[in-house]
Amino acid sequence: MRYIEHEQVVKRMNGRLVANVIFKGIFLAATLLAILALVLLAYRIITQGAGHLSLDFLSNFSSRFPEKAGIKAALIGSLWLMAVVAPTSIILGVGSAIYLEEYAKKNKITSFIRINIANLAGVPSIVFGLLGLTIFVRAFALGNSILAAGFTMSLLILPVIIVAAQEAIRSVPGELREASLGMGATKWQTIVKIILPAAIPGILTGSILALSRAIGETAPLIVIGVPVIIQFLPAGVLDTFTALPIQIFDWASRPQQEFQTVAAAGIIVLMIFLLLMNSVAVIIRNKFQKRY
Amino acid sequence: MTMTIKAEKKKSATKLQEQGIKVPVYQTKELNLWYGEKHALKNIDLDINENEVTAIIGPSGCGKSTYIKTLNRMVELVPSVKTSGEILYRDRNIFSSDYQVEELRTRVGMVFQKPNPFPKSIYDNIAYGPRIHGIKNKKILDEIVEKSLRGAAIWDEVKDRLNENAYSISGGQQQRICIARALAIEPDVILMDEPTSALDPISTLKVEELVQELKEDYSIIIVTHNMQQAARISDKTAFFLNGEVIEFDETDAIFSNPSDKRTEDYISGRFG
Repeated sequence: MRYIEHEQVVKRMNGRLVANVIFKGIFLAATLLAILALVLLAYRIITQGAGHLSLDFLSNFSSRFPEKAGIKAALIGSLWLMAVVAPTSIILGVGSAIYLEEYAKKNKITSFIRINIANLAGVPSIVFGLLGLTIFVRAFALGNSILAAGFTMSLLILPVIIVAAQEAIRSVPGELREASLGMGATKWQTIVKIILPAAIPGILTGSILALSRAIGETAPLIVIGVPVIIQFLPAGVLDTFTALPIQIFDWASRPQQEFQTVAAAGIIVLMIFLLLMNSVAVIIRNKFQKRY
Repeated sequence: MTMTIKAEKKKSATKLQEQGIKVPVYQTKELNLWYGEKHALKNIDLDINENEVTAIIGPSGCGKSTYIKTLNRMVELVPSVKTSGEILYRDRNIFSSDYQVEELRTRVGMVFQKPNPFPKSIYDNIAYGPRIHGIKNKKILDEIVEKSLRGAAIWDEVKDRLNENAYSISGGQQQRICIARALAIEPDVILMDEPTSALDPISTLKVEELVQELKEDYSIIIVTHNMQQAARISDKTAFFLNGEVIEFDETDAIFSNPSDKRTEDYISGRFG
């Protein structure tokens, strides 16, 4: 006897095809909605802020007068912040990932650590701000300096970098490890010459996406007490500074209507900054992608 | 330096061979191995001779791959492995605490089941081994690369494309690149873990011919699923079943006149 009645199959065919079309429509609508929100946001910000964008805006310090207010201190401050966050978080993050994936024994303690690193990635940023305030600002007496803020931001994005780097390292085929070890290479030689080169696109993409998150974060900086109006540029990592999101937050919260325009212009600068970093991530990924 | 040692070794070996005495490279004594609770190898006693091809046959899960991976201690990559007993490589116990595993693996090369070249150029693949062992001189590296590729009978096919990615050539060629890569560390023994199971018949034939040539200079231990292959290329054959060596003898004897009923059943295709 036959289990599949072909007449029944033909009868039910219409319903299946309708469901097919409906679900396609739902997913298309979801995508369009997200794109629409993005376009509206970008449109509003650009129409509002583009008029205020000029070289003066980039080269002036902030000011009480909206027409004179510039973003120089915040832009340079954010660059300083990145100069601390990028090396700290990438070195620590990739180091931890290498240890967890290549050296650590697979037992209950390490799997507990693994789970908790993933959990840390979900902790609200303000909590990291409080941690930074207690440890770096007060206990290490770094004050509201670039170094204190940079370390706090590094802690914030460290879990994301560790998880991304772990994924990248894990995706390197085990046969390559075996081939290298089988020729008498040490573990370290295998990591440096085989595993890291193969994992680098994934590691860098994850790291850059994490760094772009750090650039946009405001809450930890507010908790640490990063000032808003600064009329000088930091000379070193122990100086105080201000950063793009803080500056934008300050402008947007002022009563004068004109400052909304200035805030919008600041957001455009921040978005361009983020877009540049994300395109670097895309370029790196495409350039280093390897076949196995 | 290594050449003179090798030459001397060879001379003494030929002398012994003339007297009809075979020199063992590996002597396995009461080897037991567990994966966690699973007893994977049971009381293995096996002597493997110099300049011979030793084939290891048996059904899936009989421990043949485990055994060959124990010979260069690659099996220790599995976290829960425990062993007892001894494996002497050139009269030294490879499990003893003063035997560095890296040193062992420099003398014992390995070719794996699936071709696994590095995602690097053909040249860099072959030069990888010499480089990790400290050779930096470009001229010496060039010579090693050519010698190894010639040794693996693939020089003519790739000599004009040494800088291309090793993944741009066919699977059969990749496997011979992997053999060349193993030759580049100038090993004494070559372990082959089902080296032709992922290859087409023509590539398989080439690898088999290569094994025949290589045994002039190396001792080869090859795990294979393919009994015809074992019969074609090996001098001695060990039949593994459920983690035990059922029979170990001259290949001709195993295939024409097996002494154990189970060996006979397996090679005549009644199971496995």
